[in-house]
Amino acid sequence: MENNIEIKNVSKKYDKFELKNISFNVPKGVIVGLIGENGAGKTTTIKSILNIINFKGDIKIFGKDNKKYEKTIKQDIGVVLDDSFLSDYLDAKGIGKVMQSFYKNWNEKKYLEYLQKFNLPSNKMVKDFSSGMKMKLKIAAAISHSPKLLILDEPTSGLDPVVRNEILDIFREYMLEDEERSILMSTHITTDLEHISDYIVFINKGNIVFDMPTMDLLDNYGIAKCDEKNFEKINKDDYIKYRKEKYQYELLINNRKKFKSKYENVNIDKASIEDIMLLNIKGEK
Amino acid sequence: MNIIISNSSSVPIYEQIKQAIKTAILSGELKEDENLPSVRNLANDLRISFLTVKKAYDELEEEGYIKTIQGKGSFVAPKNIELMKEERRREIEKHVEEIIKIAKIYNINKSEIDDIFNYIASEEDFDIN
Repeated sequence: MENNIEIKNVSKKYDKFELKNISFNVPKGVIVGLIGENGAGKTTTIKSILNIINFKGDIKIFGKDNKKYEKTIKQDIGVVLDDSFLSDYLDAKGIGKVMQSFYKNWNEKKYLEYLQKFNLPSNKMVKDFSSGMKMKLKIAAAISHSPKLLILDEPTSGLDPVVRNEILDIFREYMLEDEERSILMSTHITTDLEHISDYIVFINKGNIVFDMPTMDLLDNYGIAKCDEKNFEKINKDDYIKYRKEKYQYELLINNRKKFKSKYENVNIDKASIEDIMLLNIKGEK
Repeated sequence: MNIIISNSSSVPIYEQIKQAIKTAILSGELKEDENLPSVRNLANDLRISFLTVKKAYDELEEEGYIKTIQGKGSFVAPKNIELMKEERRREIEKHVEEIIKIAKIYNINKSEIDDIFNYIASEEDFDIN
């Protein structure tokens, strides 16, 4: 079994939104970033994986059906969801007690070590924590039973760059402890992913637009900028999407090298994940 | 060994890593049989995806610079003298090509270039046999 998560033809229909038959895997040993606009289907996907909502299709975690083996599977998953599960009127120690009752492998000693490492007071009520501290506490609570898989919904949103970096370092350390572990994290702060994710799955309007190594995105994709005259000379097959701006045309390219040699006088820059996402959503073809 | 990665460079990141390790090997900074950092550790230290480092290592192995032993990690391969000569030669060839390109633009002929070369070689005491 090579994958920690296998999602096959998963659909979910709401009144105004539909997740349309999506499939992707989270291989062992990798960090997968799930990106997309608000309302694109990221959280619906995560809730399906965790079997919190009903869905159509197949999801396997650690090779087992996630509905049938929900209880055993969940012992090996660490979860951080957007809507806080922490009670405001407990301190970190109290939270540890609650978690202990959920997880057979709960390691109190490890948890206390994390609290110390993340500079979290163990006897202050959660309601007095800053949002960064709350997130670190959630993560400490999610990894102290040494899960094989960590699933996070927007773990860095609303946090300042310093705290965000600290959190990414926690994830890196978590991954280094065991090469079979995986992380699936949804985020709209795509710059975080450029430095941490191995694969990126991009969801738009309930569909998967792409699922590919971050390395390939950063090494091959580009944004070309040119005027109308040059734009008309460019073959339609040589770009993915374009956008007409006031003073220029912007084109999303998926093979910088080839494009550069073919259109020498068109400027081309590296594309950030944000550029790729934006042009995919807002661009035309 | 220093590995300096530029995110704004148009050179792919795996290529930058490859070049840095190659340079360290060719200059003798990394010695034969010396242990390289593991793919995971290097990726972690550089804050990039391990797939990027893996690609760099895979290509270095293909080109004969390093060898990987399952469960033990990657090492600098025994020096392949021919390969290194090739590599150094290629580097010089690249510069010579550049010289010829410029010479053509300015209409400077080969004997003039020879003169320039000989003049600078004597100035620099360049006479290695």
